[in-house]
Amino acid sequence: MTIETNSQTVFGHRRTIKWLLILAVGMFGFGFAMVPLYKLVCSVTGWNSIDSNSAQASTADISQEIDLDRTVTVTFDGTINAGLPWEFKPLVRKLEVTPGKSYKADFYVKNYSNREIVGQAIPGITPWQGTEHFHKTECFCFTQQTLAAGESRVMPLRFTVDARLPKEIKFLTLSYTLMDTDRSALKANAGLVKH
Amino acid sequence: MSDAITHEAHHHGPPTGAKRWLYSTNHKDIGTMYLIFALIMLFLGGAMAMVIRAELWMPGLQLVEPDFFNNLVTNHALIMVFAVVMPAGVGLANWMIPLMIGAPDMAMPRMNNMSFWLLPPAAILLVLSMIVPFFGGGQTVNTGWTLYPPLSIQSGMGMDFLIFTVHILGVSSIMGSINIITTIINMRAPGMNMMKMPIFVWSWFFTALLLIVIMPVFAGGVTMLLFDRHFGTSFFDAAGGGDPVLFQHIFWFFGHPEVYVLLLPSIGVLGMIIPTFSRKPLFGYKSLVYGMAVLYGLGLIVWAHHQYTIGMSIETTTYFMIGTILISIPVGLMIFNFIFTLWKGSITFETPMLFALAIILMFSFAGTTGVMLAVVPADLQYHDTYFVVAHFHYALIPGSLFGLYAAVFFWMPKWTGHMYNERLGKIFFWWTTIGFNLTFFPQHFSGLAGMPRRIVDYNMIFTEFNVMSSVGAFAFGLSHLLFLYIIIKTVKGGEKATTEVWDGSSIGYAGLEWTVPSPPPFHTFEKAPVVK
Repeated sequence: MTIETNSQTVFGHRRTIKWLLILAVGMFGFGFAMVPLYKLVCSVTGWNSIDSNSAQASTADISQEIDLDRTVTVTFDGTINAGLPWEFKPLVRKLEVTPGKSYKADFYVKNYSNREIVGQAIPGITPWQGTEHFHKTECFCFTQQTLAAGESRVMPLRFTVDARLPKEIKFLTLSYTLMDTDRSALKANAGLVKH
Repeated sequence: MSDAITHEAHHHGPPTGAKRWLYSTNHKDIGTMYLIFALIMLFLGGAMAMVIRAELWMPGLQLVEPDFFNNLVTNHALIMVFAVVMPAGVGLANWMIPLMIGAPDMAMPRMNNMSFWLLPPAAILLVLSMIVPFFGGGQTVNTGWTLYPPLSIQSGMGMDFLIFTVHILGVSSIMGSINIITTIINMRAPGMNMMKMPIFVWSWFFTALLLIVIMPVFAGGVTMLLFDRHFGTSFFDAAGGGDPVLFQHIFWFFGHPEVYVLLLPSIGVLGMIIPTFSRKPLFGYKSLVYGMAVLYGLGLIVWAHHQYTIGMSIETTTYFMIGTILISIPVGLMIFNFIFTLWKGSITFETPMLFALAIILMFSFAGTTGVMLAVVPADLQYHDTYFVVAHFHYALIPGSLFGLYAAVFFWMPKWTGHMYNERLGKIFFWWTTIGFNLTFFPQHFSGLAGMPRRIVDYNMIFTEFNVMSSVGAFAFGLSHLLFLYIIIKTVKGGEKATTEVWDGSSIGYAGLEWTVPSPPPFHTFEKAPVVK
């Protein structure tokens, strides 16, 4: 190998390495670009969800029809997201509901910490096929909840299960996860969650 | 490149002592270190698997705490993927690519040294991640290798160690990949055009290109995880408006192609071994190269088939299902290439060939269960059961680990200058193959019957299947002591290997690596050979 071919190779190396490095750095950026892209693409196309389940008042036209032939058992569940020093539970565990009629269920929440915390409840329905037939007309999840140190509160939920709910669904579970909006608990523990 | 000129000026043997290895810029020495590192980590990851199987021997809790069990599951996977199969593959690439394309060394020998020496610190961090929970480091890392939030945001300090492990391994493999591609593009001997390269070199070309595309994305994903854990961001934390499912997309955008990173080098090894022992040139060389290119492309756009249960829209899951099933076309093509190479060949059954044939058979099995899992309505049933465990172990153990074993037996005479003991090699083959099948075959059934994965305990009805699996696993694990013995014995001595090593190597594929003596001198191809 002569010196000329060597310098030729070094030149070739530089060019190849340059492009490969650009590719690697670009892909690192792409990873982060996925964050806004994912939100954008999913909100435009709805690809990420088989059915939308939002913490907003139902705007769909609710069927007024009442199905007296059957009842559906709705179970309530309340979960605290990691590290939030609150107590959160439904005051009634189960309700036998007639599709088409309106019902009310209360949830109890208490802030055990010594500071004010803003929480937000995120709902989820199981099985998911029931989501579009479960209408929340009034819900504490529509707004954020601000609780002062030691404050407790009973929060209302008003809902209707519409009569178009598939017949084979006899049980629905409505589960709320209560989130700490500014993640103060996690920050206070510097990422280490105490158990 | 003053380095190359100095090497030309005075021919010398290897330096002696620890400096030879610490400061090494020699592709053969670095390749050897990669392989030894992978072997050590294979025993560590394997030991974890043995504890897992011992715990699953019977229902109920016997040996380990549930959290520690899940920690073992996590680290077993991470070690096997990142510290065994990938380094071993890079080791083979280091050893063989310069020899195969007639280059004196890798393109950037010092960077090569750095890529390797990043691995031991990464391995230490990985082991520390298991140890810190015992010294007040919070919750163990019990997420599985997928590191899904929110659990991974809630894990203790061990998760931070793992995140940094991933960063270091990522940097190491990106540097290694840049080195490999630069070597392949710029350092081929005169006359060795791209379509004359051995299939193993092609397989590493695609593997390295794939790594450069996916590793940065994963590094970005775990960086976001780190920020969520410590700096109050909310990339994945729903409480702050983030989306945990986004992490799954980022992870599997990396994770699915990663499977091909593990698989492709072994396909390349098969493309060398099967022609040699069939004494026939490879059937459909071009189609195999194009098949790998198609696999590369498809591999990057089908990631969400790992996440059918997250509630994507029907259109999206249908797209990912069709894309995934399409993958069976290039993979099937590769299998047919190998079968047609065997067709009417003059076949002998040395240990590498036995492994190669077993890979074709058992990997096809993984392909079949893979198509089953690709089908959305079926997958909803199989998701997170032992059926999936059986599927990916059938894909990864024959598809990559056995490929590495085959490569070690195939090239060990070239590396050491000694033939391995054929009889012991064959015993090792049958022992591992039977052990492996006994371990994972019953898991198809327990999985179909509904046994969930990553759980320390199980329903009594699965006891028989699990006892079978555990017996198989212990046999499989134990067989590796024989593997170690064969390697040590071959390094120390044995029948002298010829330059060509295998009598089929001049007929099947007459590569440049068979023109240098066995073992090759410290420096080879300082004067580039001319390929006709």
